[in-house]
Amino acid sequence: MAHTSYINPFKAVKNLFIKPKTLCYPFTLKEPALRYRGFHTNDWDTCTGCGNCADICPNQAIEMKEIAELISHPEQGLKNERPLLDYGRCCFCGLCVDICPPGSLSLTRDYFHIHFDTGTFTFFPKNEASDSEHFKKADEYSVLKASLTHRKQDFQGFAPDLEYALFQPGRAEMRQVPAEKRVLSFIEQVLGYSREEAVEEASRCLGCRLCEEACPAHLKISDYITAIADGLPEESLRVIYQDNPLPAICGRICMKHCEDACSLRIRGDALAIRWLKRFAADTVKQYQKALEQEPGAATGKKVAVIGAGPGGLSLGYFLRLQGHEVHVYDRLDGGGGTLRTGPPAYRLPVDVIDRDVEYIASLGVNFTFNTEIGKDKKFGNLMKQYDAVFIAPGATQSFSTRVPNAEKCSLALDFLKDNKIGNARAIGKEVIVIGGGNVAMDVARESVRLQHMQHPGQNTVTKIVCLESGEELPASKEEIEEAEEEGIEFHTGWGPHRVMLDGQDCVSGLECRKVKSVFDKKGRFAPEFYEYQKTTVPADMIIEAIGQRPDFSFMGEYEKKLTFTERRKVHVDDNGMTSIPGLFAGGDIVNINLDAVTAIADAKRAAAGIDAFLKK
Amino acid sequence: MRELELYYGPQHLGMVGNFSITLKVQGDRIVKADANPGYLHRGFEKLMELRTWMQNFPLVCRINVVEPDHIELVYAMGVERLAGIEVPERAKFIRSIYCELARVASHLFGLWAYANMLGFDTAAQWAMYHRDLLLDLFEELTGARVYHIYIRPGGVRRDFPRGFEQKIVSTLHAIGGKVPDYNSLFFENRLFKKRAKGVGTLTREEAMNMGGVGHTLKATGMKYDIRKIEPYAAYDRVDWDVPVYTGGDAWSRLLAIRDEMIESVHMIFKLLDTMPAKGSVCTKTPNPFKWNIPAGEAYVRCESSRGELGLYIVSDGGDKPYRVHFRTPSYSHGLTILEHALQGENIADVGNIMISLYVVAPEIDR
Repeated sequence: MAHTSYINPFKAVKNLFIKPKTLCYPFTLKEPALRYRGFHTNDWDTCTGCGNCADICPNQAIEMKEIAELISHPEQGLKNERPLLDYGRCCFCGLCVDICPPGSLSLTRDYFHIHFDTGTFTFFPKNEASDSEHFKKADEYSVLKASLTHRKQDFQGFAPDLEYALFQPGRAEMRQVPAEKRVLSFIEQVLGYSREEAVEEASRCLGCRLCEEACPAHLKISDYITAIADGLPEESLRVIYQDNPLPAICGRICMKHCEDACSLRIRGDALAIRWLKRFAADTVKQYQKALEQEPGAATGKKVAVIGAGPGGLSLGYFLRLQGHEVHVYDRLDGGGGTLRTGPPAYRLPVDVIDRDVEYIASLGVNFTFNTEIGKDKKFGNLMKQYDAVFIAPGATQSFSTRVPNAEKCSLALDFLKDNKIGNARAIGKEVIVIGGGNVAMDVARESVRLQHMQHPGQNTVTKIVCLESGEELPASKEEIEEAEEEGIEFHTGWGPHRVMLDGQDCVSGLECRKVKSVFDKKGRFAPEFYEYQKTTVPADMIIEAIGQRPDFSFMGEYEKKLTFTERRKVHVDDNGMTSIPGLFAGGDIVNINLDAVTAIADAKRAAAGIDAFLKK
Repeated sequence: MRELELYYGPQHLGMVGNFSITLKVQGDRIVKADANPGYLHRGFEKLMELRTWMQNFPLVCRINVVEPDHIELVYAMGVERLAGIEVPERAKFIRSIYCELARVASHLFGLWAYANMLGFDTAAQWAMYHRDLLLDLFEELTGARVYHIYIRPGGVRRDFPRGFEQKIVSTLHAIGGKVPDYNSLFFENRLFKKRAKGVGTLTREEAMNMGGVGHTLKATGMKYDIRKIEPYAAYDRVDWDVPVYTGGDAWSRLLAIRDEMIESVHMIFKLLDTMPAKGSVCTKTPNPFKWNIPAGEAYVRCESSRGELGLYIVSDGGDKPYRVHFRTPSYSHGLTILEHALQGENIADVGNIMISLYVVAPEIDR
């Protein structure tokens, strides 16, 4: 030992003949690992501008900046903001990559940037698709020039991975009555979230507020979702009522423009905003106590509202809070308008509508039901008696195909109304529903239910015949899937040509022609058919559900004074006022969305307009 | 003889890290030593109170530059304890393997510092090179060489890349094959023995009373290792031993470190053999923006390469920690024990003793 210990160190001499381990930069380069956390890239085409990267950044190295060249599309959840990175602060942890809902942000294996100007360390990350100038191909790339403006293409490092994402892509499943059970009655299909499920679902919200810009009524969605996540449904309802006085209704049938904008939808399921609103509305039993709202101090002004649909109800609510006296007239026996007669009971039961209407009535809004303006009361008198009038009569008349013998068919709105608040229709065993929109789905799905109730155990069928094929179907995907689950047959791409009658002048079928195209080159509705490609779909009952239009005859001579837009909508100004001073309008006669939440948005605008008009 | 005051660091060739010792000397003998760790206070524990549970995990690794991994681990364990999160089995194994790799890398770094200090430059360069091989492994697994930011509350951030197990094995074989060379060049070298034997000697009682942990205790013959006492991750799934020495001096400490490295390499092989081949590596944690952890407090600890590393963490039910405190091994090693061990020693042995105690300055004052 004693001797070897002198010699041992010299063993190291053999290393002199081994190739050195050190790299001689820049002549030898070490390739960074595939997962290397280097400089950022951001695909501007998939980035939504949601700003979650800026929110998660522990060092506040990311700031969202508006980009003038980009256009926001709030309805699609696209903002014209992009992350601005500050490499003076960034620690390259990659939390921004793991939180990015569209997965547009990732890190590359680039890491060289040397510059005298510290300003160059702040930059907008892009990728080769959005910035081909600074991302070089392998043969053009030189490490000697490497910087934030001279980077390699296809140099992906730490990449987004849904499995390890920091957000929850999957939705808390909604309990629903299974198809085979729900077709037997008009039982409500969606059962609603329990408290735990609601908290779980609400907790998925990242709080980017893209939804709030997409919502026509701009509800403070993020705030009320956070309140639910915190276990405070009363607080949630208070926030909802700031912008929407129909939470139980909208919690069931809203067209949920918000969910179409949700940043989670891109790589997962959109947050179930509609069901969460329903949870808040259904959980809070005593609205008065929870909301603690009082009508404003009396102003002495009187406003008449024609139509107690979502527009009329909301307008009454907003104006009442400002202290005006509001009288709402409707020809039906209760509030809700089209919502009372249209959406089937399995989606929107009547007692739910009454709950929202009762609360609005409790604030002192006067309702006069079973009164048809134009018949029971003259429209002109209302214009004289009241300081302002708001009309939201909705689209109440169904279109007919007007094919030969079309008069033998039933019309969608009448069919739906009778089933919901009148006496249920006698249904055929073989029913055709003409149309491919959401109303057609409602009619067909009601028809299936009636068939099971009226012809139990017998062979019955409901078929949908429509011009549009496959992806063109205007009905929502959800509705189509549920209709298919319930056994409805789809005959898409066929245009009704003639209603066939049997010897007793009863419906025996529908002759159809194959559709060549539905829309013309400009995207307008102009169906073309193959003349000789025909088929006959047998049926003993046909219901037409191809659209509806408003009826202005109740206005008498005032109708002529209204001006209309190019799309046959009542023209209103920024305050919701029509061309007739003191007459305001909203709902389906004004907007092209034809849904409840847009009617509420119209009412909100008109309420502000009327308030300003009355205070003048 | 006249008593002089001598400043050792922070601007001193023999000093690693931003740390200084004020020595009172008589001739070459040290009469009294005062350690001053305050050059590297970054206020991490306060900063953590301002960041959410998830935002904190990229921060904590910076507390210890040499070995960020165990800090990440102990933070994740603390959050998991408070939130009641169970870590998947495969993630436990990955954590163990990853932390053992970190231990070897950290010891090699320590060996570099120590050998360098004594003038064994060749062994020092070897250690640095072999540590670099391990950093390559870290880079491949985590995407970064030094601040890995890999262990997150709930598990680990990504699974092993394809073929990573073989890479670990081949890298460790490459390093392990050098152990005889290290031995003949350094550990069995009589110069090393002469410099290290009987220097900075601590008795077991002294070490225990002054808060010694890790190899400081192991060098006094005490088998004190959190991995055995309070097994976490996958340390109870395989069979391994705690190597001890009895001298209590710098020499024993260094040999304990060497043996621990060898034991770690063996343990990694065993862990690789027994780890589940498939399975999740991360429990889904709540949305980081809405993650409120029920009020409560927890003390968790793990065995870092320098000894017991503890974390006391308190939640008041909010989305951020109410209070965080790290009990780092260098705190007692670098202050009380170092000051005690330096008394009566030679000035030339200050660095020798300090690095044999494995003092990492950033850890002392967070």
